[in-house]
Order: sequence, then structure tokens, then C-alpha cells
Amino acid sequence: MKSKLLSLPYIVWMLVFTMIPLVMIGVTAFTDNSGCFSVDAFVSAFQYTNIFLKSLWIALLSTVICLLLAYPLAYIICQMRPSTQKTVIMLMMIPMWMNFLLRIYAWVLLLQNGGPLDTLLSAIGIHGDYSNNTAAVVVGMVYEYLPFMLLPIYTVMGKIDKSLIEAAQDLGSNKASVFRRVILPLSIPGVISGITMVFVPSASTFVVAQYLGGTDDIMIGDVIDKIFFTNNHIGAALSLVLMVFILLFLVLMNKFGDEEAIA
Amino acid sequence: MKQKSGVLTKIYIGIIMVFMYAPIAVLIFYSFNKSRSAAWGGFTFEWYFELFKSRSIMNALTNTLLIAVLAAVLATVLGTAAAIGIHNLRGKTRAVVQNFSNIPIISPDIVMGVSLMLLFTFLGVLFHFEMGFVTVLLSHISFCVPFVVLNVMPRIRRMDTSIYDAALDLGCTPVQAFFKVVIHELMPGIVSGALISFTYSIDDFVITHFTQGARFQNLSTEIYSMLRRKIPPTINALSTLLFLVIIVVMVLINIRDRREEKRKTMN
Repeated sequence: MKSKLLSLPYIVWMLVFTMIPLVMIGVTAFTDNSGCFSVDAFVSAFQYTNIFLKSLWIALLSTVICLLLAYPLAYIICQMRPSTQKTVIMLMMIPMWMNFLLRIYAWVLLLQNGGPLDTLLSAIGIHGDYSNNTAAVVVGMVYEYLPFMLLPIYTVMGKIDKSLIEAAQDLGSNKASVFRRVILPLSIPGVISGITMVFVPSASTFVVAQYLGGTDDIMIGDVIDKIFFTNNHIGAALSLVLMVFILLFLVLMNKFGDEEAIA
Repeated sequence: MKQKSGVLTKIYIGIIMVFMYAPIAVLIFYSFNKSRSAAWGGFTFEWYFELFKSRSIMNALTNTLLIAVLAAVLATVLGTAAAIGIHNLRGKTRAVVQNFSNIPIISPDIVMGVSLMLLFTFLGVLFHFEMGFVTVLLSHISFCVPFVVLNVMPRIRRMDTSIYDAALDLGCTPVQAFFKVVIHELMPGIVSGALISFTYSIDDFVITHFTQGARFQNLSTEIYSMLRRKIPPTINALSTLLFLVIIVVMVLINIRDRREEKRKTMN
């Protein structure tokens, strides 16, 4: 029970299978085929700037939409009876247990030309293409990650001390100002972890855009996936840049969260 | 905060539920469609028969379950030992180890996958092996262990260490005391760590995709390559069956929870 040695296998494991591989990305990114130091990979990686920005844009859109959908939902769920709360949360979680690729494929089926949505809308006279565009990619992302936004907000909101709300009401606050002055500020930590949990995976995802996007909807994850089979160095450079971006984002979010906690 | 929920909130929940379940309904609908195109061509069970006849899907399913069970068990053993060890570390070393633990949790899957692929390709050239079952298993253990540590740590912190000393006083050897007392105390954390590992492993696509090598397939990568070729309706049948399994598991968990709650209120 007192032994520190028990942590040794884990430390060795993490060194071999996490730290060394990450260092290898760094080394691969900063070398060329002959193994010499070189920044060529980063120079070549520059041609993907637009794809990089587009990925961040898609991730940002998805995160914002998730937040706009999940926040009111969490608020509504918190006001239900505890047993109903449990059921609704479970209903939101069940689709998450389906395989990631099947969930995306389901949207391909739903949005395809002559598919259910097309048939339904054609019947009332609306015609259009719903698949193979940026909007479809964002819809797919929102579907993938909505529960990741809902759960942290719901957990934090559910833990708000009821007596704080009653106190605000006793002191003359109406519903709107109870929400604005009590519930909203106290739920910010949940919102921040929700944003992190949606933004990080959606910025780095691949496959979603391949299935739901048009020809110009390529995300950085897809590029990294493809390029690793032709040029390791550019792939590693892109992975490194992505990792740095995400770390910066996490630091920013953390800082924002801390400031909120103090305020 | 309690109040009667209005019509608007009901409509809102309804719309969200339609959004969550419409795609699944579509998958189920198409699994019974005789035609391969988007239009309805009559009812059939054909795709279900074909699914069970497909050796590659059944093989992928076995691989997925085998990897998930092995990864969960090994990650749980490694992670539980680690959590106890880390708890006994002091000051700076402990903070460093705990921070490193978080790296796989915060880094994007694709970066983890790519970095492991670099490692295995390098080692493969050095020791003449190819990526496959073993490399996928090693990778899955790697991304599962931190979650076990994360789940067991709080239980250790809350544990009363005097019960371990009491077991020793009553004549247990340290090993006996560990297995009879400590493990028992940590069990809830160990179980949730193992369950999380199992679910993550079953659901993983990205990391398997990069570490699978040429021949190994799990369910996710098999679905990926099926979708790349053409869109075979067997996938719809597979989705429907998976969905059924999930529903059954969820209902069972719910029944168990209700029973436990009842037992608690009766006591």
C-alpha cells in the first residue's frame, strides 16, 4: 500500500507509448528524408493554411450551434422531476453508443438525393440539395458532439444551490434576473468544459467531411490522414501545428475559466 | 426551480429528440429495403442473412470484442496499480506524473494515432514485425489507462488507510490485506474505469485506423472500408442490430438501478 514502485510500470508505459511517440512527431516534422534537420515540411505545410482555417471555422460553427442547442436544453431538463431528468439524459446518450461512423453514415442516408428528407420536402414543394456541402458537415458534427456539450452544462447547472435561487427571489428578482444574475454566471464552468469537449474533437476529426462534405470541404484531419501515406514529414508538421493550436486553445479556455471562478 | 413545463419546452425537447433519433430511424428503415437505391423497393430480411454470412464482419466483430476485453482488463490492472503508486509519490514527482497522465486525454485522437503509427513503424523496421492485433491492443491500452487512473485516484484519496493497518494487525500479510481490503474499497472506481475503457475501445476508430496494419480489422475500420467501396445495405442491418443491443443493455442497467434504489429506500 505504501509502495511507490507500483506506479513504475505505468510511468514506463506512458514514456514508451505516449511521450516517445509525441517526440517522434516532433523529430519527423523537423527532419527531411535523409534525417537532417530541415524546416521544409513546415514550408510545404503552408499550402494547407486554407484547409486549416476552414477546419477551425467548421469546428467553431459546430461548437456555437451545440452551445445554442444544449444550453436551453440543459436549463429545461434541470427543471424537470429527477426521474424524468434521468430518462431524458439517457435518451440523449443512447445514440452516442452507436458507432461513430454509423452515425455519420445515417446522415448520408437521410440527406441524400431522393432520401427521406428530400422526399418529405419535395412533397410540400421544396426542392434542393441537402448533402455534400459545408452545412451538412456542420449538421453531422453537431449530431456527433451535442451530448458532449449538454452533459457538462447539465451537471453544473443541476448542482447550483437551490437556496441561492430562492434568496434571489426573496430579494425581489424576477425569473429573468434570477437567470441572468444567478444561473448564468454559475453555469459558466460547465459551458467552458462543454466548449472544450466539442471544439477539440471537431477541429481534429476526419471522415465526417469526406462523407457529408462537398469537394472543397476537406478538413485538416483528412489531410493528415492522406498525407502520411506519401510524406511523413509534412504529416508530422501538420499534426504538430494542430497539437499546438489545440494546446493554446485549452490554455485559453482554462484561463477564461479561472477568471470566471474568481469574478 | 420546479414548475409546470410549458408547451414550448415540450416542443423544444420534441425537436431535439427528432434530431437525435431520425438518423437512426432511417438506418432501421433502409435495413428492410429490398432496393439498393434511396427509393423503397419492398420489404426484405435479405441483408440480415447476408450480414451473418459475411465472414469479414463477423471477424471484425470478434476482433473488436477481444481487443476491448483485453484492453479493459490490462488497462485496469496497470491503471489501478499506477493510481496507488502515484498516491504514494510526493510533491513534484506526483504533479509531473499526473500532468503527463492527462496528455492522452487532452490530445486529439488523430495526433495520438499518428504518433503511435510512427513508433510502431520505427520499431517494426528495427525488430521485423508488422502492425496488427498486438499494436492495436497496445495502443488501446495506452489511451485507456489514464481513464482508469482518473477514476481510481479519488477513491484512494477518500479511503481510510487505517483499515489497511487494521488488516495487518489482524494477521494479514500485506498482499492479503491488499486483495481483501484495499481492492474491495477501490472497487467502484475500478469498475467504472474498466467500463469506460471497454466502451472507448469498442467505439474507437481513429487510433485503430493508424495502428492496424494491412490485415487487422475491427468493426469501425471494417465499416470504414465497406463505406469506401460501395454502400452495402448490410451496414444498415448491422446498425439496427447494434442499436437493439444498446437498447437492451440500457434497459437492463435501468432496471438494476431502480432495484438498487428501492433496496436503499427500504433499508
